[in-house]
Amino acid sequence: MPQVTLTVNGKQHSVEVEGRTLLVELLREKLRLTGTHVGCDTSQCGACVVHVDGNSVKSCTTLAVAVDGASVTTIEGLAAADGTLHPMQEAFREYHALQCGFCTPGMVMSAVDLVQKHPEGLSEQEIREGLEGNLCRCTGYHNIVKAIDAAQEVMHGRSTSIAAAAE
Amino acid sequence: MDTGAESLIPFTGIGASVRRKEDLRFLSGRGHYTDDISRPGQTHVWFLRSPHAHARIVSVDTAAAARMPGVVAIFTGADTAADKIGGVPCGWLIHNKDGTPMREPPHPVLAHGKARFVGDAVAMVIAETRQQARDAAEAVAVEYEVLPGLASMAQALAPDAPAIHEEAPGNICYDWHIGDEAATDAAFARAKHVVTLELVNNRLIPNAMEPRSAIGDYDPTTGDHTLYTTSQNPHVIRLLMGAFVLNIPEHKLRVVAPDVGGGFGSKIFHYIEEAAVTWAAAKIARPVKWTADRTESFMTDAHGRDHVSVAKLALDEHGTFLGLRVSTQANMGAYLSTFSTSVPTYLYATLLAGVYTTPAIYAEVKAVFTNTVPVDAYRGAGRPEATFLLERLVDVVARDTGLDRLEIRRRNFIKPDQFPYQTPVALQYDSGDYFSTLEMGLKAADWAGFEARRAAAAAQGKLRGIGISTYLEACGIAPSAVVGALGARAGLYEVGTIRVHPTGSVTVLTGTHSHGQGHETTLAQLVCEQLGVPFDKVEIVHGDTAKIPFGMGTYGSRSLAVGGSAMVKAMDKIIAKAKRIAAHLMEASVEDIEFEKGVFRVAGTDKTKAFAEISLTAYVPHNYPIEELEPGLEETAFYDPKNFTYPGGCHIAEVEIEPETGHVRMVNFTAVDDVGRVINPMIVEGQVQGGVAQGIGQALLETCVYDGDGQLLSGSMMDYTLPRADDLAPVSVATHTTLCTHNPLGVKGCGEVGAIGSPPAVINAVVDALRDYDVRHVDMPATPAKIWSIIHGNARRVAAE
Ligand code: FES
Ligand code: FES
Repeated sequence: MPQVTLTVNGKQHSVEVEGRTLLVELLREKLRLTGTHVGCDTSQCGACVVHVDGNSVKSCTTLAVAVDGASVTTIEGLAAADGTLHPMQEAFREYHALQCGFCTPGMVMSAVDLVQKHPEGLSEQEIREGLEGNLCRCTGYHNIVKAIDAAQEVMHGRSTSIAAAAE
Repeated sequence: MDTGAESLIPFTGIGASVRRKEDLRFLSGRGHYTDDISRPGQTHVWFLRSPHAHARIVSVDTAAAARMPGVVAIFTGADTAADKIGGVPCGWLIHNKDGTPMREPPHPVLAHGKARFVGDAVAMVIAETRQQARDAAEAVAVEYEVLPGLASMAQALAPDAPAIHEEAPGNICYDWHIGDEAATDAAFARAKHVVTLELVNNRLIPNAMEPRSAIGDYDPTTGDHTLYTTSQNPHVIRLLMGAFVLNIPEHKLRVVAPDVGGGFGSKIFHYIEEAAVTWAAAKIARPVKWTADRTESFMTDAHGRDHVSVAKLALDEHGTFLGLRVSTQANMGAYLSTFSTSVPTYLYATLLAGVYTTPAIYAEVKAVFTNTVPVDAYRGAGRPEATFLLERLVDVVARDTGLDRLEIRRRNFIKPDQFPYQTPVALQYDSGDYFSTLEMGLKAADWAGFEARRAAAAAQGKLRGIGISTYLEACGIAPSAVVGALGARAGLYEVGTIRVHPTGSVTVLTGTHSHGQGHETTLAQLVCEQLGVPFDKVEIVHGDTAKIPFGMGTYGSRSLAVGGSAMVKAMDKIIAKAKRIAAHLMEASVEDIEFEKGVFRVAGTDKTKAFAEISLTAYVPHNYPIEELEPGLEETAFYDPKNFTYPGGCHIAEVEIEPETGHVRMVNFTAVDDVGRVINPMIVEGQVQGGVAQGIGQALLETCVYDGDGQLLSGSMMDYTLPRADDLAPVSVATHTTLCTHNPLGVKGCGEVGAIGSPPAVINAVVDALRDYDVRHVDMPATPAKIWSIIHGNARRVAAE
């Protein structure tokens, strides 16, 4: 069986996998990082989004062997070491952008990547379009869009806190 | 005790938008969903499912599969039959017009003899890994004799259609009615106008983002069974599965529903997979785990809606409604799911008065078996079907008679001084103010300014429309004795335990279940309000039959109205007992003890005791009235509702159609709802927004499609159009409160209003946008193809004239 070596949330792991093992299976079953979810089998919902070398990917359609040597960040690794939430996490809480929480890890990871790639700032419509790979059945997206809008202000240093961005 | 410091603590009682307790865990990846659970030594199951909608199972050969790597066991319908495993039961008995009971064919855990829909489980293959189970399932050889698949109600009702169940000739489950037929006929006889509308309520696939999952676990040393499951109501599952399917007494069966990733009704029901894994775990003495992939969700989660109706409204010359006659066919699918039979009857036809004073109503409902996935409650359950029918009908009446659509509504509204209002279809509304929600809605949506926006859109070549729905629904079902008389096979009370710990912190055990609604926050706010305990000292526990005394779970927007009321009752008992302890400690008479904001005071004095002092005394009863009072401070209450609650309001949709493509764009959505007292405004807004999103989904995007043989064509997220962020518009939410008069909190419920009120508002807006194209009605969903052909078909007709 192939051996995959990768860094997950700053920690190095060497894991034996089958050729067909998916990255999400490696994370959930081998490393017991169950924050990354599986919501579909057609690469449509985005519940499984993680960052691989800084880019958001759908871990349900990525083979584990394909990330050998890569650095992976999951929702468990997003907050600071002391537990301080990432501005995106804080904004989701402040704006009630989650209900059942199942889409949330993928939604947050996608949103972080979306905002990072657009330092110039995103309009409401651009945020909505940027979320086309993520489904949420609970919130109607209204508050997710508001949260991302507030978080981008903090992430790009235009505002000092989520609460201030709300003003 | 009343110090300045208190004002620094943010208010967390009733009415505060407290940020949610549960969010920290969900946002850090520490949610605890069923599929996250791994039991030591667990095996994995793959269900082999029928690829045919209707087929006789001639033989199942598992020999080759059993030799595949990792296979632990394979079970078929013959095994469940041999073990005398019962079918999964239906929870509501409906009677036919003639008083005879409905046809109730069994729903076996594993199909035996016949498969009745694509997805019916024929065998369960258990292996060391999920992949091995899946691989082995492919090696199971099933010989089918394919029978004609009856995919639609029209096919199933055809005179020569084969019977899906021997027990149900003609594929009829029941033929039921409600209301006064003679009075309705008389109303029609004297009517000035009669307006008829035929309409379809499209079939939906719920698609909670978390796929269903179930783990069966069995302890051979104690004989205890445990089921972990994605359920909205673990106690109900324990009752149904234990008593009717597996014959396990409650004290040997624990059901745990941990974090659940959305339900919308689809996780209320007792599914065969739950029984299968619980049974199999005991057979092989190892845990058995199943998690659906999304394809299985599409073809096994109970679907929703699927009504075909004819509605007729009789009016006098002033546009006053005289009588309503409705005839509906409701699809049950292949088997009766847990609450399926109640949805098109007591949750639908009883709502046909809506917010109007129609004096005579008669409705008949025929429930039909088809070779499709069972159909049951989906967000709103019956009330969206009634609301769509009524609110579309009222708009069509306006169109056919030339009356203004607002005026005709106002003319027929139940007036604020008519409450309590008895409808002709069994319900008695306790409170509401439809005029106020309408006026607020019109203002918030700038109804008056719409014609200018329409003209501006027209100048851009766009067709703009606005639509309204003034709806009502019924939540918090309902007095147990009443529903029992109507055929419910369960009580519908709720249970709450308030456990005050020695140092004054509080654990609440609630029989309701949160799968997105935010109970850990809202229910804690009730405790802050009533007991004055700080928010961070309150913990809400739900979802485990081993911890919670009993409960009926969460559906029908009942958690606050029924579950919250049980908590209030239990807290009343806590306060009553605590006052006696306080009286003893302060050497006063109990009548003189006042309790406010966590402080007991001897009236008119400055003698006080803090709540935590009393709780400590209750558990360390050194100085205690031990002769009259037991130590401890824990109380449980059962609350049986006195009536339904009746949320209602006004939804306004504004859309813009692009004539070249037929694409309908949501421009604006305004909701003004009366949900009774609001505990957490932020959460109420979120619930309404989410419900509206599902309603817009139904109106514009979603529909379940079977081909003529019963193959599910919309069976993946690529084929079934769930709303995405850029399909929706911002949703403006406001509330206008009249209190529920019969529960202690005055709450009505907010979980479903969005999905109930919005679909007709959207379709009314679409029809309004098409006003130049002579359109009377558009069935949901209003897809670009449908709208394009209306625009182009009708335009051609105009040109030809
Ligand atoms: S699990 Fe749905 S996109 Fe990956
Ligand atoms: S919060 Fe439930 S799916 Fe998004």
